[in-house]
Amino acid sequence: MMFGGFARRQMRSLFLLLAALSLPVFQPVMAQEPAPPVLAPPQPAITSEQDAVAANVADDTISAADAADASTLDVAPGSAAYTPLGPEWIKGAPEPGAMTFQPQYTEQGDYALWFHDAILLPLTVAICLLVLGLLLWVVARYNRRANAVPSKTSHNTLIEVIWTAVPVLILVAIAIPSITLLARQYETAPADSLTIKATGYQWYWGFTYPDNGGFEVIANMMDEGEALAQGSPPQLAVDNRMVVPAGEIIRIQTTGADVIHSFGIPSLWFKLDAVPGRINERTLLIEEPGIYYGQCYELCGSRHAYMPIAIEALPRPQFEAWVRAQGGTVGAAEAEAAAGAGTDPAAPVLPGLQEPESSVEGAPGAGAAPTTTTAPGTPAPAQN
Amino acid sequence: MATTADTFQAHHDDAHHDADHKPGFFARWFMSTNHKDIGTLYLIFAIMAGVIGGAVSGIMRMELQEPGIQYLGWWVEFLGGGASDFDKAGHMWNVLITAHGLIMVFFMVMPAMIGGFGNWFVPLMIGAPDMAFPRMNNVSFWLTVAGFLSLMFSAFVPGGTGNGAGTGWTVYAPLSTSGSVGPAVDFAIFSLHLAGAGSILGATNFITTILNMRAPGMTLHKMPLFVWSLLVTAFLLLLALPVLAAAITMLLTDRNFGTTFFDPAGGGDPVLYQHLFWFFGHPEVYIMILPGFGIVSQIVATFSRKPVFGYLGMAYAMVAIGVIGFVVWAHHMYTVGLDVNTKMYFTAATMVIAVPTGVKIFSWIATMWGGSLEFKSPLVWALGFIFLFTVGGVTGVVLANGGIDDNLHDTYYVVAHFHYVLSMGAVFAIFAGFYYWFPKMSGRWHSELLSHVHFWLFFIGVNVVFFPMHFLGMNGMSRRIPDYTPAFTYWNEIASNGYWIIVASMVVFFANIGWALVAGKRAAGNYWGAGATTLEWSLTSPPPFHQFETLPVIEDHHSHHDHIGGRPEKQGARPAAH
Repeated sequence: MMFGGFARRQMRSLFLLLAALSLPVFQPVMAQEPAPPVLAPPQPAITSEQDAVAANVADDTISAADAADASTLDVAPGSAAYTPLGPEWIKGAPEPGAMTFQPQYTEQGDYALWFHDAILLPLTVAICLLVLGLLLWVVARYNRRANAVPSKTSHNTLIEVIWTAVPVLILVAIAIPSITLLARQYETAPADSLTIKATGYQWYWGFTYPDNGGFEVIANMMDEGEALAQGSPPQLAVDNRMVVPAGEIIRIQTTGADVIHSFGIPSLWFKLDAVPGRINERTLLIEEPGIYYGQCYELCGSRHAYMPIAIEALPRPQFEAWVRAQGGTVGAAEAEAAAGAGTDPAAPVLPGLQEPESSVEGAPGAGAAPTTTTAPGTPAPAQN
Repeated sequence: MATTADTFQAHHDDAHHDADHKPGFFARWFMSTNHKDIGTLYLIFAIMAGVIGGAVSGIMRMELQEPGIQYLGWWVEFLGGGASDFDKAGHMWNVLITAHGLIMVFFMVMPAMIGGFGNWFVPLMIGAPDMAFPRMNNVSFWLTVAGFLSLMFSAFVPGGTGNGAGTGWTVYAPLSTSGSVGPAVDFAIFSLHLAGAGSILGATNFITTILNMRAPGMTLHKMPLFVWSLLVTAFLLLLALPVLAAAITMLLTDRNFGTTFFDPAGGGDPVLYQHLFWFFGHPEVYIMILPGFGIVSQIVATFSRKPVFGYLGMAYAMVAIGVIGFVVWAHHMYTVGLDVNTKMYFTAATMVIAVPTGVKIFSWIATMWGGSLEFKSPLVWALGFIFLFTVGGVTGVVLANGGIDDNLHDTYYVVAHFHYVLSMGAVFAIFAGFYYWFPKMSGRWHSELLSHVHFWLFFIGVNVVFFPMHFLGMNGMSRRIPDYTPAFTYWNEIASNGYWIIVASMVVFFANIGWALVAGKRAAGNYWGAGATTLEWSLTSPPPFHQFETLPVIEDHHSHHDHIGGRPEKQGARPAAH
């Protein structure tokens, strides 16, 4: 970095001090943070939205019993049995007509949501109402009929000091939880945590699992009709979800293959740009199994609107089953076995080429890049 | 009336150059060196650009009214892009958002505020006969027009997956370099070069004029706040635009001459472009709003019949906003992968801007407090400005928090925020200024009734369009997308309906101007009466073609507020200062 290391340390310690000071202050509030992750299957309740979607679907396409099949979450160790979660597991998705944030499923998301709802929103509303009230009062009290002779007051040092100092104090009060939030978002992942690399392509996402054999899953947007048939929200549903373990810290890395994309999941309070030539990294801990939708948040060309993200968070055993179903490996033993089979045991084992990953023909789990005819989001004729 | 300084008068006996002698049509409007004519040209240009930019937003709102792609294909073919396909339609959308942003920023708000009102009223308010460099003034205007034509032209040449530049107004690399093949982006960049060069020339002109050509006796601390706002704005332009010019020149060489400033394959960095762009881009948003602050200050004081409250605080709050505006740029880039310390700094620095902004809001209210308010149209627009700018300001404080911005970055919440401060802040100030000075500029009265109808329709329209965008953004809707998941339909449909209310209000606006120009009553010199006390009110409406051939003198008894009032009788016959 261009900045001097000394200055950086100074600045950092200042902010960390601020953050540390803030912690005791907000301890009582933090007590309302959510309990540890629940890995039990949820109640197969179907929201009204999904009911509405399901109404468009022929009964034989998806039966309620299959959709709510709890066996999805109950697999034997070492098994490769994996069935994708059904639409009843959708947790992070926009609600029709909603006026606020999506429910949060990460600790940082809960804190950020609390910060917004308990501090920022009341404060901003109060300031707007104060200004509106003063304006209305001025309009009612000091119009020409009510006050024909204007005063000549043009200074009042005390009031000017007050309306400079009070906003400063308010901003300091905002800065404390704000800096705390930033510090928490920056916490690094334990060395042994799972790494998943999200690569933005024009116009789809690729998810590489370097700890599990380096396979890459290509996620294209699901055709609208198919999404509706499956009970998933159109333009958010994808053909291959990004599957992650729930309840543990994972390390998300993002990069861009062509132009800048942005990996954003509103219900996880997570957004990180995917920039060509650099790898951005952030930790993510999804508290419970479920499906969380996001999309690309940086203008990336003509199909920017059509590269959604669907994260499927599963309990660890089911996640491992999914990895095996993709041809990947779990743990060092499996990786050695996989590497040993079919190669000269004496030769050093090199991981698969990392780039360009999507061009690895027939890579396990790889989908096909879109072509003109299979383009995601091509409007179905019926929609025109 | 201010006393005149006969000693300053030149060519007193030159009978052929009376103050109102005008050149012929072509020489007057195409080779103009008169600040008022150039101001008029800028205003006409800004209105035309605003109509085009507003029409573009109409296409956008129609497309967003429901999920799916409905209209873009038609526009591809209408604009000569050949048979439309899915990619061309998506590209068309990107061309529209790019054009809307660039037109509204560079060819509507800036020409109206700085080129239009600045040119018209800075010389009048400081008692100068014209701008310091009249011919350079003309060059500034025509460079802006050339820039606009270059941007329009770019829509008809290839720019990647379709015709036109589809990079967004921010022109981020590498979408704008390797991501957009064809000459369209080159023409869009050239458009920014031309408009930027015009603005830099204009800025030097304003700085020179304000620092050197103030009437005798008008110290900096007696200048009207509108002139202060233009002075600060001009310095921001002068310091910020060269950085943009450098950044987009590097884009051009990356595109055409094999350099790799922003290409990691050659050691460059796409994020470097964003730093350069926003080092310009953030001061740019203050460039767009500061003249509005000045306009609102004049109007609030005039219609309260009171001096503006806390004049020095108001002036130096603008200076503070200008200075701090240069050190907060990376809050536009919280998600690019900034270091945590960097994010903490930019969070703190950004929030500091709320302090001088708050000083301004409260000072406007304090100006009206104890005043004798007359609700003429300019004041009504100014009141709308104060409230809506506050709403946009507080969402800015929300977005300033780097951790909160993680969820709101590049969502419709941001779109709502910057339209509240610009589409409602800057544009309300422009309309306030327009109704304040239109009779002064044209010599004819607009209809106050229609001006109020315009206000209420516009006020309702913009709120219906932009307030729901807060909800869409919090719920996760990405910016810059023509199509969305059905959950976003409800608020988008409402927002799209609001667009037609704005259209209706603009019909009223144009009817009002047309009526005024055809049948408006003649306006007197100081038609707002006792509260209007700056030097432009000492002149006829419209002012003579050349004004202040005899310079006005600001006497000792004149304050920052009153430049034309007579000497208070109590002080007796103290001799004038000069």
